[in-house]
Amino acid sequence: MAETGMKDEALSDVVASDASTTAEVEAVLDAPVERGEPILQVRNLVKHFPLTQGVLFKKQVGAVKAVDGVSFDLYQGETLGIVGESGCGKSTVAKLLMTLETATSGEVFYKGQDITKLSGRALKAVRRNIQMVFQDPYTSLNPRMTVGDIIGEPFDIHPEVAPKGDRRRRVQELLDVVGLNPEYINRYPHQFSGGQRQRIGIARGLALNPEIIICDEPVSALDVSVQAQVINLMEKLQDEFNLSYVFIAHDLSIVRHISDRVGVMYLGKLAEIGTDAEIYDHPTHPYTQALLSAVPVPDPEAREGRERIILTGDVPSPANPPSGCRFRTRCWKAQDKCAEEVPVLAVPEVFAGRSTLAAHESACHFAEEKDVVHAA
Amino acid sequence: MTTTPTEKTANTPEQSGKKDAPLLEVRDLHVEFHTRDGIAKAVNGVNYSVNAGETLAVLGESGSGKSVTAQAVMGILDMPPGAIPKGEILFRGQDMLKMSPEERRKIRGAKIAMIFQDALSALNPVLSVGYQLGEMFRVHQGMSKKDAKAKAIELMDRVRIPAAKERVDDYPHQFSGGMRQRIMIAMALALEPDLIIADEPTTALDVTVQAQVMDLLAELQREFNMGLILITHDLGVVADVADKIAVMYAGRIVETAPVHELYKRPAHPYTRGLLDSIPRLDQKGQELYAIKGLPPNLLRIPTGCAFNPRCPKAQDICRSETPALHQVTEQDGAAMAGRGSACHFWKETIHG
Repeated sequence: MAETGMKDEALSDVVASDASTTAEVEAVLDAPVERGEPILQVRNLVKHFPLTQGVLFKKQVGAVKAVDGVSFDLYQGETLGIVGESGCGKSTVAKLLMTLETATSGEVFYKGQDITKLSGRALKAVRRNIQMVFQDPYTSLNPRMTVGDIIGEPFDIHPEVAPKGDRRRRVQELLDVVGLNPEYINRYPHQFSGGQRQRIGIARGLALNPEIIICDEPVSALDVSVQAQVINLMEKLQDEFNLSYVFIAHDLSIVRHISDRVGVMYLGKLAEIGTDAEIYDHPTHPYTQALLSAVPVPDPEAREGRERIILTGDVPSPANPPSGCRFRTRCWKAQDKCAEEVPVLAVPEVFAGRSTLAAHESACHFAEEKDVVHAA
Repeated sequence: MTTTPTEKTANTPEQSGKKDAPLLEVRDLHVEFHTRDGIAKAVNGVNYSVNAGETLAVLGESGSGKSVTAQAVMGILDMPPGAIPKGEILFRGQDMLKMSPEERRKIRGAKIAMIFQDALSALNPVLSVGYQLGEMFRVHQGMSKKDAKAKAIELMDRVRIPAAKERVDDYPHQFSGGMRQRIMIAMALALEPDLIIADEPTTALDVTVQAQVMDLLAELQREFNMGLILITHDLGVVADVADKIAVMYAGRIVETAPVHELYKRPAHPYTRGLLDSIPRLDQKGQELYAIKGLPPNLLRIPTGCAFNPRCPKAQDICRSETPALHQVTEQDGAAMAGRGSACHFWKETIHG
């Protein structure tokens, strides 16, 4: 089958580690990764949530295809932005990377180890190195725990990181790092504003000295003036601790600001992926173009010169996605081919071998460059 | 604009003399909330006006008083704990705060309608959308159930909900977010009001759907020549649709300006800070400018200019004296139409 062929090809560039015993695995996981080398490699990741019918005798009647074959690399020290509309599966990807959900199929290689197959001590070691910052700072902090307990809780699970007597000092250090007063250690979350709470969430994410932080909409619940503070903090921390970020958001302007590379998701698949200049200045997938052109630009004059593509209709249900290209139901370029053939995420033939920024991976049969961001 | 003649006769003498009067004028409005911890001053002397066919954007962060002002205008403020100690809200020249509840009820919905932010919680989940849309006609115009339903279908068509006839008996949860927001818009339009207040109408929506909804709103506004007050925190949305902008901070308007002017030459440090702190889609900048500190607690608004603890330009006068909304002028002293800035140092801010 073509599918398996594709998979082998995708796997060929992954340097799979041959460590087998737990101790060996842990040794591999502790080894540092050079800057610019891939630290996380995701291959054909799939997550289907079963739809069942009946109470006693449940039978599966279908599946919500939340993530349906996503592949990308995360390089050490970079920020990979993932954008898409609600329901496109970006948060499910985050949960899969954290192994908070088990993947239906596909692999996530962290330093050459497939973490979807790990368990026990090895998985625990992986989780120490991949941490998460959540969207809503109001619900992701336990209101009955003090800030010190919240930030220190990861040390209960991974006591090797900070010895018992040392923890309070570590927590205060972390508070200082994220720009909060270390004396606030005994306060409760309700005593803080939204921006400060998000800083607490970031401090908790940093507690175990992770290498990768997955940020799921970390600033979308914050006010504009506070957003900038948190974004700046995250950039500062990235330099300071040499972190790699997967930054998931729906705000395209913020993603451009913070990301080195950007992936655009639509209905469980990546539509286009490339560096920030490639995606924002030379988009080739119609969905990316529509998405970018819909973003309101805070400049009335630039707006007048811009072309706007207004998509009709809503995102189709992921339980029953369209055949072929998933975007074809809303695409103005759609032809018969789009209904029959699933477009592969690759550099489009028209641009292959040319040294233009439009030559990046895009899953469209009729990829075409179009600048929608800049005024004509 | 068609207004039912019967209702108009009652106010004719008042109105004929004020042909050019703005549709809605808010004058020196104060709103406070009495809480256990003290009095929270949510709105502290707000002035603005909207004409027919005009879009006023009220921009501010959470807690700036932008929604509370709108609720006071609509008359849906919870009182108590809310109270309006001072101010006037003139609709076609008549002070709505002095009206009886019955008179206000006639205006609400029929003359001034509101679109709420979260359509899922603003719609009643146990009633079909057709029933909820028809309610406007049944209650305000005494229509029969059958006629009201026909009207509801017509409205759903107008806001471009596909297959309106089949979907009129569906419930809110059966619609997508964008469709629900369209139903909210349809409901606000039902009685062809003169003024619509839209409180963050697209905040909960995805960008592609947001563009659809804003387009629809702008088109309907043109069609009916309605006044529109758009309340938002999104500087991008404002740039797209507004004619003039009022920026709010801690319950006061700190800057007013026509839309182009505001983005080109802000005259208040807060506005400037906001504009500098948003990343741009069409260029990749360096570090973002961040306004330091936090919005003030409304129980303890700083003395003088409320923005002074966060302001890079603050001087002693800012801590002692509350700045009035100064008329902004060009360097040669010529007044700039529609521009005002509540900053002691507006000249330095705009002219450098």
